[in-house]
Amino acid sequence: MARAAAKRVAAPVLELRGVSKRYGRALVLNKIDLSLAEHEVVCLIGASGSGKSTLLRCADLLEPIDAGSITLSGRAVHADDRDADTTRRQLGIVFQGFSLFPHLTALENVALAPRVALGLTAAAAEKRARALLKQLGLAAKANAYPDSLSGGQQQRVAIARALATEPKVLLLDEITSALDPVLVADVLEALRALAKSGATMLIATHEMAFAADVADRICYLEGGEIIEQGSPEKIFKTPRDPRTRAFLKRVRSVGASALR
Amino acid sequence: MTAARSARKGTLVAVISTLVVATLLAISIGSSPSWPLVQKAFFDGTYFSTSLPDVIGAFAINIQLFVLAEILILPIGLLIALARSITSPALAPLRIFATIYTDFFRGVPSILLIYVLGFGVPALRLPGVPSEPFFWALVTLVLIYSAYVSEVYRAGIESIHPSQERAARALGLTRFQALRFVVLPQALRRVVPPLLNDFIGLQKDTALVSILGVVEAFKQAQILKSANFNFTPLMVTAVIFLVITIPMTRLVDRLAAKDRAAQQGGTR
Repeated sequence: MARAAAKRVAAPVLELRGVSKRYGRALVLNKIDLSLAEHEVVCLIGASGSGKSTLLRCADLLEPIDAGSITLSGRAVHADDRDADTTRRQLGIVFQGFSLFPHLTALENVALAPRVALGLTAAAAEKRARALLKQLGLAAKANAYPDSLSGGQQQRVAIARALATEPKVLLLDEITSALDPVLVADVLEALRALAKSGATMLIATHEMAFAADVADRICYLEGGEIIEQGSPEKIFKTPRDPRTRAFLKRVRSVGASALR
Repeated sequence: MTAARSARKGTLVAVISTLVVATLLAISIGSSPSWPLVQKAFFDGTYFSTSLPDVIGAFAINIQLFVLAEILILPIGLLIALARSITSPALAPLRIFATIYTDFFRGVPSILLIYVLGFGVPALRLPGVPSEPFFWALVTLVLIYSAYVSEVYRAGIESIHPSQERAARALGLTRFQALRFVVLPQALRRVVPPLLNDFIGLQKDTALVSILGVVEAFKQAQILKSANFNFTPLMVTAVIFLVITIPMTRLVDRLAAKDRAAQQGGTR
């Protein structure tokens, strides 16, 4: 925990203030305040429909917000900005359903954004992509098409792809919930290694043991609000809010998978 | 039973049943009392071989026509499809224009348009506007088939799941880059078979420009037919068109199958 305490001094990389989001009449995010310091790993937990995915998409500027502000490295950013594309390169997101590009090999999937969005030469982009695939244990799969990879391998390619623009923050949206239990371990292991190497991550997850292990801070979401946040120890052992307690009790009795 | 044996047995059954059907057809047509007359009028061996060189020579015009048309249609159809996919309100006029264009040119019978453009526009005697029938035949076919092809493109683009564009945008690609590098490459692969299908239609429709007086294969056959009071030259034309279109269909099938295998089958 000394590590987490040291981090809190640093200025936030990503900061959400009073962020609200509506879909039609439904309020899916309600005045979210959340900030991530450099190297910090924050896990969002909560039942499906609690707003975790929407929060990540808004943070990635994929969805415009209805109220509040998002700041990236001290600069206010918005999905409707003229330079929102440039901003998105500083944020990496991995989706639950992988969304790899099926017409490109694993290597081409990872190299696309460096080449096209960052303007690297083809050789430099490929070099970066190879290094990332190696880092995620996929060096041998560089020339494979997504369809021939297992779910866990596909998801690791997606992580490599998200890292390829060297984002300041990596956003992960329940990236293990579409995977076989056997394959989940691979992906979580890759994330642990990333956390150790100092990546700043905001992770929506149903894997409580993983969250407890990897996170510096846990946020419990319900009804589009952050009900409670704190260190894993605090949230999992001594949650204050009765709603957090009820959620954790349900998770422990039925297992995380039942909440999806 | 092994798979190979069962496949062989399947082939055998298919051959036998095809032979039976073909024989029955031949017997029933051949037994018609007027068959010898029809055979002489439509399938005369001598007329077939004498008219073959002339019709093949004229078919060069059809080839020129559809090759030029296809080269023009591919980019024009794509531009129209993209114009129809525009969501930006500021560019709404482009979208509306593209919609009206496809509605109009898909809805008007080709032969009418060939008449109007091929005879009508040259009659205006506008300075600098060509009056050659070949030119107007080409323009008409390009206008009509660009409308069809744009719809094929559009269906292809819309068949790519929105999550693909979202993933590309999330990586920091612009809208255009996402279209260019992620959506279009996938969409174009999917549209090759229906696109070639439209092109087969286009190749057949090159015969329609005969009404403008362009002496292509069909017109040439008609001339020979009238000279000899025998329909066999028209059958020659039919054979030539089939010789061109059937291999094309097979090629498309093979391309599509190969592409599926590459994407489902692993490494490159």
